[in-house]
Amino acid sequence: MHKPGMVSIWFLIGLLLVAYGILILGAGIYEYLVPPSQPPVLAELHAGIWWGGLVLVIGVFYCWRFQPAKTK
Amino acid sequence: MNFAALWLAAPERLVHLGGVDVVIVALYFAMVIGIGIYLKRFATTGEDFFLAGRDMTAWIAGLSFVAANLGALELMGWASAAYQYGILATHWYWVGAIPAMLFLGIVMMPFYYISKTHSVPGYLRLRYGEGARGLSAISFAAMTVLMSGINMYSMALVMKVVLGWDINFSIWVSSLTVAIYVFLGGLLSAIFNEVLQFVLIWLGALLIPILGLIEAGGWNGMTQRIAANVGKGDYVHLWRTLGSFQDNPMGIHWTGIVLGLGFVTSFGYWTTDFLVVQRVLSARNLHAAKMAPIIGAGFKMMVPFIVILPGLLGIALLPEKLVGESVAAATGAHSYNEVLPLMLARYCGPGLLGLGITALMAGFMSGMAGNVSAFATVWTYDIYGAFIRKRAPDSHYLNVGRWCTLIGVLISIGTAYLVMQFLSIMDYVQALFSFFIAPLFGTVLLGMLWKRATSAAGFWGLLAGTLSSVGMWAWVKINPAALGIIALSPHAKDMAENMYRALWSWIICVAVTVVVSLATKPKPASELAGLVYGCTELPSERELKLTQRPIFWAAVVCAVFVILNLIFW
Repeated sequence: MHKPGMVSIWFLIGLLLVAYGILILGAGIYEYLVPPSQPPVLAELHAGIWWGGLVLVIGVFYCWRFQPAKTK
Repeated sequence: MNFAALWLAAPERLVHLGGVDVVIVALYFAMVIGIGIYLKRFATTGEDFFLAGRDMTAWIAGLSFVAANLGALELMGWASAAYQYGILATHWYWVGAIPAMLFLGIVMMPFYYISKTHSVPGYLRLRYGEGARGLSAISFAAMTVLMSGINMYSMALVMKVVLGWDINFSIWVSSLTVAIYVFLGGLLSAIFNEVLQFVLIWLGALLIPILGLIEAGGWNGMTQRIAANVGKGDYVHLWRTLGSFQDNPMGIHWTGIVLGLGFVTSFGYWTTDFLVVQRVLSARNLHAAKMAPIIGAGFKMMVPFIVILPGLLGIALLPEKLVGESVAAATGAHSYNEVLPLMLARYCGPGLLGLGITALMAGFMSGMAGNVSAFATVWTYDIYGAFIRKRAPDSHYLNVGRWCTLIGVLISIGTAYLVMQFLSIMDYVQALFSFFIAPLFGTVLLGMLWKRATSAAGFWGLLAGTLSSVGMWAWVKINPAALGIIALSPHAKDMAENMYRALWSWIICVAVTVVVSLATKPKPASELAGLVYGCTELPSERELKLTQRPIFWAAVVCAVFVILNLIFW
């Protein structure tokens, strides 16, 4: 799986999840501050905030755990 | 399911993507192409390109094994089936997958792996000779690209309905993306992307059942709402309604589920369809190759949570009643097939919606990459390398594989446009694909477990099983009443036909293989080493700790499988 110099797939997944986490969390916070005129069902749970936060945490963990310097 | 009717029925797009959603989708496309470009430098030999260097860990191979099967149409199709038939659709994930995946890992994988074959047709060549190999390779290659085209067209229709995207745009953008990353990195790139896609599918789809259960008031609240909405409780039990064809919405008997689905169809697909077996062949050693399907089975058992449960929640929670495609086309109502996007739109705001749509696209692309990479391997090794140019340097086959990837995608695109013109082709090709699966399982199984099976028997058994399947299918097409004879009940419905046809064609394949074997000369045992049980020295696992043994984890998965079936009995 790890040929010399190859970055782990989990690190790449981590990078994408960090970006997604920031975007979803940001969109969730914006919706919290500026509620939309037609909110989805259960909007009061602010799923964007906690799901975006979860995605961000998973992404950061993968980036840290599988960073190229560690897996070489 | 017929997605064309879905398009005709759709009054307008189901969801509207905001700016952040578009960025999420665009990032996904950039990442998958980036992975392909990055991995090109590591795919320098045929082994790298076609089998990912045979260097995958059990986890990567196992996740890829499941992801290659977890296409978007699979997600949407089975959510739709759950809306129509209730929890019975779960059988296609549990009894219709788990035993077969465990059997592949524990019983069959040693022979595939020790024989060092590149493909399932390659195993047939080693075991039976060129006849059986040629028959299975040509049928597999043809059906794989045709099915890929049909899936491509269906997915473009889904994008049209869900997002309002132009069909041509969806077909070309998604297929060329897959073509680029598989062309560059081969199976290595396909597997990397499948693991990424698997994670995205879960993150994008998992929120629907969580929020759905909160809204419904938990499992009990959901079942009460279903009972109130449909007036009966047989949508939430797996087995208790299968005692008779008339007692369940699928019109199927438990024998069809257990023998037709759970044994023949499921074992045929999960143990001999090279699309999924190729992922396991990429494992770095025999231990990883045995563990990969077991890990895959563990994840496969959880998939109903993101596929079947949203369908059930749709019955319980959606304010409108979804209808069949023909009714939807006539009335403009939403059809069963739209249940998953409807649930997505119900709960997801900006950002989450983009993630959910990305999950659907990821599912589509993982399925297509699976088809294309398997096609390139079988074409290069089992057709081109076997019948067109037998001895060429590895670099030549590597180039052929790369170009096959592009050609496979172009044929798929052509099929997609052909289907657009002649919709009935879709049904015929889907039926054609099913013709080969069950008999192939009979041929491979006897080949691995019975050393008396001969070369001629392998070929004639496979041919007889396939032709009998075609014959039964044509019989029902010409005379629908024949379904009652094939399924052994006048109350059987369409779902039952596939199960019983598979069962009969497998029985015929096995019977012909046995009879021809007994009438022809077997191979000497020395030629069967590494290919057949009883002639192959399997590595001992006694030195491993209990928790390192594949059989231990297979038993754990098996126990969970039994418990889940009892809970939802």
